[in-house]
Amino acid sequence: MKILVPIKRVIDHTVKVRVKDDHSAVDTDNVRMTINPFDTHALEEAISLKETGKASEVIALTIGPEKAQEQLRTALAMGADRAILVKTDLPIDIGGIQSLDIAKTIYKVANDEHPNLILMGKQSIDNDANQTPQMLAALLDWPQSTFTSNLTLLEEGEEDLEVAREVDGGIETLRIKAPAVISVDLRLNTPRYVKLPDIMKAKKKPLEIMEPKQLGLSYDTHKRVVLLEVTPPTERSTGIKVPDVDTLINKLKNEAKVI
Amino acid sequence: MAILILAQHDNKNLHPATLSTVTAATKLGDSDIHLLVAGYNCDNLAKGACQITGITKLLKADAAHYEYFLAEELAPLIMDIIQKGNYNHILAPATSFGKNILPRIAALLDVQQISDVTHIIDENTFIRPVYTGNALAKVQSNEAIKALTIRATVFEEAAMYVSNAAPIEQVQPIPTVKQSRFIQRETIETERPELTTAKIVIAGGHALGSIDDFKMIETLADKLGGAVGATRAAVDAGYIPNDAQIGQTGKIVAPDLYIAIGLSGAIQHTSGIKDSKIIVAINNDENAPICAMADYTLIADLFDALPELIEKL
Repeated sequence: MKILVPIKRVIDHTVKVRVKDDHSAVDTDNVRMTINPFDTHALEEAISLKETGKASEVIALTIGPEKAQEQLRTALAMGADRAILVKTDLPIDIGGIQSLDIAKTIYKVANDEHPNLILMGKQSIDNDANQTPQMLAALLDWPQSTFTSNLTLLEEGEEDLEVAREVDGGIETLRIKAPAVISVDLRLNTPRYVKLPDIMKAKKKPLEIMEPKQLGLSYDTHKRVVLLEVTPPTERSTGIKVPDVDTLINKLKNEAKVI
Repeated sequence: MAILILAQHDNKNLHPATLSTVTAATKLGDSDIHLLVAGYNCDNLAKGACQITGITKLLKADAAHYEYFLAEELAPLIMDIIQKGNYNHILAPATSFGKNILPRIAALLDVQQISDVTHIIDENTFIRPVYTGNALAKVQSNEAIKALTIRATVFEEAAMYVSNAAPIEQVQPIPTVKQSRFIQRETIETERPELTTAKIVIAGGHALGSIDDFKMIETLADKLGGAVGATRAAVDAGYIPNDAQIGQTGKIVAPDLYIAIGLSGAIQHTSGIKDSKIIVAINNDENAPICAMADYTLIADLFDALPELIEKL
């Protein structure tokens, strides 16, 4: 079984993001970049499946700038076998290429690579759109499992996979046929830390760079949905400290009038 | 021209986020608003839902393979409805239901969806939070059909009027595609109000330390008639099921009163509570980020303050 894992280069989740003064974008210069946290769980799942003999090959794919090779090298150090970068200079966080272009790109790569499974994060922490996996499943006409917190490969029966999904009101269990698109949630697993020898080894693993036009694509989502302005959120007004429980109850009853 | 809304429901009751989505639709200009109720044995639900203020027609598709709202089954049905209609907007609530299905439709329509809309400027222009709510993006869609998911907490729920029912039109189901099969759903039965629409939310974090001590959060919520929320860490620790998780990857809440107990206020959590009217923090660390955004902060050990609060209310 071959697994394709699309990943995204994003601002590290610990960095406090700053909106540019001209309100054109979020400042991404000279900030720490990492693999989108949800995607590391997808990588972990794919690599564990390979280590337990259930998968034959894990391919990491990203769409982004030249520098996104850093994130692909990290994926290779975690244990992916090879990597593909589809290079674009358009912004990938907000205001540039969006989920439909990304889904079309993964679709083209999937048509060349024929994976049995596509594992990916349920959303990226920059655009927070939560769209690409579902769009990709639609383009491929494959079943989808979104918000997946457990994945089991079935040995026999009509379906190939059993998934648990974190949905409104609880946990939903589905059985689905492969090939399928699985979007993963944080509780799926605990991603491994990358060790130095693995980083050295990863430098020798194959990393292919291609242009969108090699896949027959020309990106246009930045023209379909145009970013007009980015603004910082309004800050809440400063509150007060209360000395004890009695004062708190009194304030909630008589000042805020919420209880 | 018309607007199509995908109703979220459980075949018996409408999810309140659907009502907020109807309100959002009324802000898109003077279009007809069609509500699609796709499910199984949902007659009674449809009879109630056609009374929602603002909708002009209710489309009902009733078939066994729509019982569990599988995206693979609903997508061909919704595409069929869109192709036969004249829709300029397709809306769904930004819940796990809407997030699961709408991007699948958007891709089949070849349109770029806009997720989690919090403000409607005009029929083409919207504001949505990005970067975990650390920035707001104002975007303009040039797509012929706009696919939008709506953040329910920022739009009032549309009212129901018995006297003004919209007509119900039966929609022919599309044959099942059988790509996926529902096995089970573990739902959390509770007498408490629904988290995303509750007026009062009591949320606990990892500092509660155990399942037993987390029960104090539930006791306080019951005293105040509120819902129980939690951070990801508290859910990961097994103190409470995932259904209670608030934040970037959980639910968005906007109650009149939100009380944060034993949680530091990581951005991944606070992005889900920003629109609360009054925020109270009970924490032993005055430098915790939650204290900076709270209206009232009580610096105290939660194991002293929480029992006292429960007793005195």
